[in-house]
Amino acid sequence: MKLKFKHHSVLPGFGLTMGYSLLYLSLIVLIPLSALIFRSATMGWGRFWETVTNERVLASYRLTFGTSLVGALVNVLFGFIVAWVLVRYRFPGRKLIDALVDLPFALPTAVSGIALTAIYAKNGWIGQFLEPLGIKTAFSPLGITIALTFIGLPFVVRTLQPALEELDGESEEAAASLGANRWQTFWRVVLPTVLPALLTGFALSFARALGEYGSVVFISGNMPMKTEITSLLIITKLEQYDYAGATAIAVVMLGASFTILLGINLLQWWAGSGSRKAA
Amino acid sequence: MAGQALTHGGRSRAAAHDPLWLRIVLIVVAIGFVGVFLVLPLAAIFFEALRDGVGAALKAFRDPAAWSAIKLTLIATGISVPLNLVFGVAAAWAIAKFEFPGKSFLITLIDLPFAVSPVISGLIFVLLFGAQGWFGPWLKSHDIQIIFAVPGIVLATVFVTFPFVARELIPLMQEQGSDEEQAARSLGAGGWQTFFRVTLPNIKWGLLYGVILCTARAMGEFGAVSVVSGHIRGQTNTVPLHVEILYNEYNVVAAFAMASLLALLGLVTLAAKTFLEWKVQQDLRATLESTNP
Repeated sequence: MKLKFKHHSVLPGFGLTMGYSLLYLSLIVLIPLSALIFRSATMGWGRFWETVTNERVLASYRLTFGTSLVGALVNVLFGFIVAWVLVRYRFPGRKLIDALVDLPFALPTAVSGIALTAIYAKNGWIGQFLEPLGIKTAFSPLGITIALTFIGLPFVVRTLQPALEELDGESEEAAASLGANRWQTFWRVVLPTVLPALLTGFALSFARALGEYGSVVFISGNMPMKTEITSLLIITKLEQYDYAGATAIAVVMLGASFTILLGINLLQWWAGSGSRKAA
Repeated sequence: MAGQALTHGGRSRAAAHDPLWLRIVLIVVAIGFVGVFLVLPLAAIFFEALRDGVGAALKAFRDPAAWSAIKLTLIATGISVPLNLVFGVAAAWAIAKFEFPGKSFLITLIDLPFAVSPVISGLIFVLLFGAQGWFGPWLKSHDIQIIFAVPGIVLATVFVTFPFVARELIPLMQEQGSDEEQAARSLGAGGWQTFFRVTLPNIKWGLLYGVILCTARAMGEFGAVSVVSGHIRGQTNTVPLHVEILYNEYNVVAAFAMASLLALLGLVTLAAKTFLEWKVQQDLRATLESTNP
């Protein structure tokens, strides 16, 4: 009796749950996304290329990719320090800092956007000290970079933490007992081990920054050619009823984020094969 | 191995652990960074809301447009969370309890909305249901408005919150396996009975966690909703869109008062997240212990 029920398909509901999942997935995600691809496919290559390489659009790519890259790099450096401190050290307030790291995930982007603008505007808490030094933060690329650093930080910290926790200190002790000093141990043992996680965190932070809208649009100033990010340009095109133009730019941005995600998957596969080798 | 290394004494320990001065420097840098980049913006929200006193902040809530924004946000959340909850449970059941080809591809597809930026998430629904969209002419002839109206806002919200519950449940249910469900079935329990009496108690904290993340995102979504909303005061504004309008009208106190409401929601989410992560770990440990004694 019991043996008969040990058979794998003993649990019911595969047809129902699978059927429903596929139907819902198609209706909400796959069909709407295919509208985007279909729309851009019907506009013709010449017009597509002309739209996505327009001077104003190119300026928005430069700004978006540049600020996203700098934001993600800042997060790699400080995210590493934050993750290291949270995993390795015990100090009062550690749990609070740990919980706060998720704040950019929990705070609606528009709220972060107006809060950051208030701080970095020329009479704001930080802006008032930067303005006399000739540093314009709000309504400049620097402000955009700060907003993108804000929203990207949790990605780096949360991908690094498990990787640092897995480092049990044994290989560090081994390197040390073989005569390595702390710096050598860090560069030769710690960093290579957590490198895949660090790169994944960087890529996630970068990908999120590329598409970010709410937290940037208030602080950026939105001047064409200067502080206009690509997401905003898509909205501007839509407001002018230029659906084809908006779609073409969206396809380019979607292509960029899918490429990064593919890279992240390869990274994780690399990390997986690395840890198997070590084990 | 670790025990051996420890007996090496002073030198190796110095090289394997950070010196005190370095610890202090790194802790100060970390606290400073988190303070400037995370705590300061959070404090600024409440400070700006209360700069003219509590009364001025509360005045923002006397505006009928504020209440209609809150109502619309609750409607969009009230529709999208249950829909994505049912989907999440169904998808996790199919993926975690059964073997089939293409499983990891299906998981990738479920995660897809996370890879699509907010503005593009709104755009795809404009392309489907907008005036020039696929179904545009048909909708117009039947006098149905989706874009720049409430249904568009609901659709965009459903899309951006699509993966939350599923992505929380799939790994949890995969780790728990299906031994307990199989035991329940062999003792004569029906399918629904097995789900409600065995599976649901095992996944309840993970489920709640997914629902909370889903709710927070549904209430806070800005970019996607902004594209499909008509920005009509009192009609198609959610709370985040209302914040934007107030801010752009230089009504700073009211904007930050409404933003405080969303920030409080965010803080509740953070607290719930910290608590539930701990609960999920406990549940997982309990199931693993009961299945492999």
